[in-house]
Amino acid sequence: MANNVALFGVLFFSLLLCLLGSLSTPVIAARRGYSPKLGMLIGGLTGFAGTWFVAMVLWLVSSDSFGVIGGVIGGLAGLVALWKLGPDREVPQTSLPDGQALHRNVTARHLRGKLMRVLFLVSVTLALLALATLVWTIVNKTVGYTAVQYAVQPEALTINGQATGRTLDDLSENDLSLVLAEGVRVARLRVFVLQDVRGASQDEFSGLSQQSIEEVLAGRHYPAELADLPFNQLDTNQAAQILEANLSKSDLRQIVLDEIVQPQIVKGWSLWESLTNKSGIEHAALEKFPQARLEWHSWLNWKFISSPLDPRRPDATGLRPALVGSLMIILITILVAFPIGVGAAIYLEEYAGSSRLNHLIQINISNLAGVPSIIYGMLGLGIFVRALSDLTSGNILGTTTANGRTIASAAFTLALLILPLIIINAQEAIRAVPNSLRQASYGLGATQWQTIWHHVLPYSLPGILTGTILAISRAVGETAPLILIGAATYLTQDPTGPFSNFTALPMVIYRWTTYPQAEFGNAAAAAIVVLLVLLLSLNSIAIILRNRFSRRLS
Amino acid sequence: MDNSAVTIRQKSLLLADARTEKPALHKQFRRGEALIQAFLFFCGFLTIFTTVAIVIVLGRESLLLLRSEYLDASGTIHRISPVDFVNTTQWQPHRYELGIAPLVAATVMSSVMAMLVALPLGLGSAVYLSEYASPRTRNTLKPILEVLAGVPTVVYGFFALQFMTPLLKTLFGNGTVETFNLASAGIVMGIMILPLVASMSEDALSAVPRSLREAAYGLGSTKLETTIRIVLPAAISGIIASFIIAVSRAIGETMIMAIAAGARPNLTANPFESAWTMTGYIASISGGDLAYDTLDYNSVFVVGLLLFVMTFALNLLSRTVVAHFREVYD
Repeated sequence: MANNVALFGVLFFSLLLCLLGSLSTPVIAARRGYSPKLGMLIGGLTGFAGTWFVAMVLWLVSSDSFGVIGGVIGGLAGLVALWKLGPDREVPQTSLPDGQALHRNVTARHLRGKLMRVLFLVSVTLALLALATLVWTIVNKTVGYTAVQYAVQPEALTINGQATGRTLDDLSENDLSLVLAEGVRVARLRVFVLQDVRGASQDEFSGLSQQSIEEVLAGRHYPAELADLPFNQLDTNQAAQILEANLSKSDLRQIVLDEIVQPQIVKGWSLWESLTNKSGIEHAALEKFPQARLEWHSWLNWKFISSPLDPRRPDATGLRPALVGSLMIILITILVAFPIGVGAAIYLEEYAGSSRLNHLIQINISNLAGVPSIIYGMLGLGIFVRALSDLTSGNILGTTTANGRTIASAAFTLALLILPLIIINAQEAIRAVPNSLRQASYGLGATQWQTIWHHVLPYSLPGILTGTILAISRAVGETAPLILIGAATYLTQDPTGPFSNFTALPMVIYRWTTYPQAEFGNAAAAAIVVLLVLLLSLNSIAIILRNRFSRRLS
Repeated sequence: MDNSAVTIRQKSLLLADARTEKPALHKQFRRGEALIQAFLFFCGFLTIFTTVAIVIVLGRESLLLLRSEYLDASGTIHRISPVDFVNTTQWQPHRYELGIAPLVAATVMSSVMAMLVALPLGLGSAVYLSEYASPRTRNTLKPILEVLAGVPTVVYGFFALQFMTPLLKTLFGNGTVETFNLASAGIVMGIMILPLVASMSEDALSAVPRSLREAAYGLGSTKLETTIRIVLPAAISGIIASFIIAVSRAIGETMIMAIAAGARPNLTANPFESAWTMTGYIASISGGDLAYDTLDYNSVFVVGLLLFVMTFALNLLSRTVVAHFREVYD
């Protein structure tokens, strides 16, 4: 028997020939005096069955590919034979048909119309189905069951050497602090006091730990008798007490989780599997990870959005640096591209005559809109990263980063990328301003620029903004130029300004998608949701602006 | 009160003075206006500069490839000449073999697969939306299709790897389909381009005036006959332009290829194998820090130049098609 590829090939071609048969045969049948519906049925059957029959015969005696080719030829031959050799019930008329013949002819043509209409509808449906599948694929990966392993089971947390036997949620604040005092080293606890209670940054730690409690924790709660104790002599119980007095229950719980319980997701299942095959998942989890517990987990959560990147653990990674990077890039891109784009549009619509140069600029803009984004990335690499590296790395302004692979480079590149789009959209908006408005302004003695600034621009601004936002949302999702520019895939800290190295949302999605660890696919799906929400909110702003604009026109 | 009377009086005096002066017939030169106009012209000219810069950057680095001498580990000097791109079918820059055929072939194959999906479905959707759908349906469906067009391509890459590749594997068997393959990437790229074709063709179809359709109905045509024999030929320039733009998009599409099509030079006719397309090569080679003026670095720009020339030519072609075959009805 033939392999799957050949089977699908024959299926595809047989359906195609079935279609051809049922489209062409009704009219021929009508001309020969048969019922068009019968013609459609027989034509379709001939195309379909002819292909399969010949293909199967050939598969028995020869190879797969011959079967497919022979099947197509067989089906075609069957159809041609049907059209040519079928006996005439009536002599075909040479003049215009009338009576029964006319009726049959019209029926046949309408039959064909109905069939094609179904086909057109099918193609729209397929397009919508594709969108639905896309959304489902993402959602499917974003929530589902996960197998979680603990370093210490929550029930096994000890207070005074005895296991609590309760879940984390059932522990009171006092219990939690006792657990902390028992399970965490004193140095770690002191770090938490400095970090979460005092709010100090890492650099200040060594200085602060020399001082007394009173100085370190001025204005916070601490037992009065500890006031004069040097900070670095705090013992575990005292540190845990201070944490309990100052932090909320959920903060304490988080510290216990991070430091003692240390949950780690060892495997994730998709939403579909989680909903349909729970027992199978339980079974698989028990078999492969006997220590682990099955928990319902949404990969998209606040911790994911707000934590730094972690290149090794998909369940611990966040995307804050990428989100911050993306937002910074958008901001600078808007600042650069918006004025230049609108300026160019104003020039082309209001000032430019029909000179050769202006014509060239116009053609060039529409061509640039079709240049692949990766080419812009190479342009950015050649110009902003290399040639202008002093500018884009901030060396000129005194800040020294190693190279030109910075937020500024990325933003400038993306600005060039969306410039043609902004110009084309803004031109359309400006073109929609009625000429009477300009002439009224000139009539009152305004100069050209006054007319543009006070009348043309305010009138077309909603349209221009809509176009700009749509262009920006294109820039947000662009990945290829960022790869060329050299966006980092891993950053230890958030980008701090235009001259810092960066990563961006689409960039981490790309990286996580290509990691071999399946759970990074879940993280990528969650990041995609964040990206799509960002894009959707940008688009809704554009739609709101457009609606407001059209209301003003009417 | 007294004050304002004086001002009005002064003003009328001034006006009287102005009236006695000779009117200025020539256009007055205003420095501010001229400066603004110069700035706006600069903004427009910047786009020309972009094109020139692209050509210069790509061209210079490509020339560098031809001019440079590369020393390999054994001390032999290698030089690359333009014929080297075509007289071998091996793309192995580290072995100084730069036959571009595998990259171009993979690009063509993935684009053909994308077109097989996007053109029939896109045109079908366009015809349905423009000729058959009620205005209400059209006004709901078209924005939805445009949402599909606005989804970033990296998301489609994720879709290809997480959905299409497993689907192909279940359909055709694990042994036939590699984890990274051109077919999955090509089909998903077709889905990505579909809304573009649908939207542009729909615009072209709905621009055909109603009177043409009504004339056809008046002669006894069915709806389908009107659509196929009257409306489609009348809108053919716009439809062909949308097809050409679609091809150009497919050739330049990067992220789907980088994620789902795999990373090895492979001259093959089997769409279920992995292969580097031109864009896929550029993206996966540029991932890390590329050292300047190495063979890898320069080869990226050669491929980029070829890509730029191809897409630019296609875009120009689509403009020409529209300009030459456009039927104008009023």
